[in-house]
Formats: sequence, structure tokens, C-alpha cells
Amino acid sequence: MPLDQSFVGRSYPPTRPYEVGREKIREFAEAVGDTNPVYTDVEAARAQGYPEVIAPPTFAFILTYQAADQVVNDPELGLDYSRVVHGDQKFVYSRPLRAGDRLTVTSHIDSIKSLAGNEVLAVRGEVYDEDGQHVVTGHTVLVARAPEGE
Amino acid sequence: MTVAARISYDEVEVGTELPGQQFPVTRAALVRYAGASGDFNPIHWNERVAKEVGLPDVIAHGMFTMAEAVRVVTDWTGDPGAVVEYGVRFTKPVVVPDDDKGATVEVSAKVAQKLDDRRVRVDLTVVSAGVRVLGMARAVVQLS
Repeated sequence: MPLDQSFVGRSYPPTRPYEVGREKIREFAEAVGDTNPVYTDVEAARAQGYPEVIAPPTFAFILTYQAADQVVNDPELGLDYSRVVHGDQKFVYSRPLRAGDRLTVTSHIDSIKSLAGNEVLAVRGEVYDEDGQHVVTGHTVLVARAPEGE
Repeated sequence: MTVAARISYDEVEVGTELPGQQFPVTRAALVRYAGASGDFNPIHWNERVAKEVGLPDVIAHGMFTMAEAVRVVTDWTGDPGAVVEYGVRFTKPVVVPDDDKGATVEVSAKVAQKLDDRRVRVDLTVVSAGVRVLGMARAVVQLS
């Protein structure tokens, strides 16, 4: 059954604050094999003009992906998550995430489209710091593939 | 925004190529990335589940490939904070066999457009096993 178009424009409550930790950044940078010292060495980060170590660009997905749970598990929306694949991802940054940040994410449904039996859902996650300043926006397109035989 | 990029806007032209890189993708790397990212979908580490849902084998997290690809940009600028926008489309999976070698992701990139405020658009080409695995892979980068 197609997703209800009336969900377009819906916003979800902000998530509880996520505190970005130095060791989490290190773990993530090592997992993607990135040895840039601005991720692990405070002095190297300061030399680049940052007050703390910063996170690799795609680290933000940890937060926006958790926040999107509210959308994909919204029983009223009724998305069949077993059929969902990640279609597109985009980030628009005001600044890099850094250790010590306490960040909240507010998720919004930007669009719902039906394409060849697939449901295409665009979710936007706005990430703000403790002072209410914008840090990054994550745009995630999820595609729920048509069930077999339809 | 801090601008510590070691590349000057004046040095680059449309068509300027960034140094390309190749990244290995092993099963072990995917397990490690699952833990670091919190994405424990079994299609990224369990061959049985991957095949049950119609995939040829375990596939890499799209976000892992996205993270590798942008290193061509961040290694070029030196300052990862110079990336002001970055987006991709996940067009084909990176299939990762259960051997010591795994798969390889090859990334090339070039300056596609010079924008205002000393920014450039960089277009990335990301290939594994001869197939483009990311589409519309683009970053907007603040140069000095």
C-alpha cells in the first residue's frame, strides 16, 4: 500500500542530546582507515584552528540514522523496514562535529514518492548544538522496494 | 567556518584532478565499521542473510564506501572541515568476498565547477570490480 502523502512535512521531536566523544571519533576514524591527525590529536586539531578534535565528515550519520528510527518505526507511517534500502545520502555542514559537542537531531519528512512500485521517502535530519546553532543537515533517501510479485 | 585548506582556489581549474586512491574493503573492515557506526544490518557481515535477501554475497555498508570516497577530498585539502557539502547515490553494492583480499574501491575525482566564495565542486568517480558503485558523488569544498 502506498505511504500516506499527508506525512509529507511531518516533524518529529528532537532526540536526547548525543555527546560526541574523543574516543568515539578515534574509533570511527580507525574503522574507516583515516589517519588524519585532526581526528585523534588535539594539538593537530588546534593547529588547524579547531578547539577540539573533529569528526570525519560522515560521522554525522551515526546521529541522523539513530534519529530516523522515529520515522521508519512510526507505526502510523507503516514503512516495511525489511524492504528498505539506503538510496541517497547528503550532508550540508555549518561546521565539523567535534569532541564535546552535545547535539540534538530533529527529523522531518520532506517527500514521499511512488516510483515503479517502490516507495521513496526523503528524511531530513537537522543537527543542532547546545547553543541552538546549526551544525549539519543530513538528507537521507530511503527506498522501500516493491514486494515480490507486484 | 575555519578555512585551513592547503589548496588555494587560485591554483585550481575546472578539470584539475585530485590524487586518486584505492581502498581495500575486507570482511574484517566491515565488522569493525558496523561496531563503530552502530549499523549492524547482517547483510554486511552474514553471507547466509545476504543471500536470503537476493544479494550475491555480503556487501559493504554504503556509508562505509561514502566515508572512504571522501578521503580523496579530505587528503587533498588537509582540512576535513573544508568539506561544506557531500552527497552520493548508492547505485550498486560493493560485494565483499570471504577471503583475505576482499574487494577494492577505486576513487578518482576532479574539480567540476568553480563556485563563489572560493569554493569548488568536486565530482567523484567510485568504482569496484569495474562497476560504478556511487552515482552523483559530489562534494563542495571551501578552498583558501
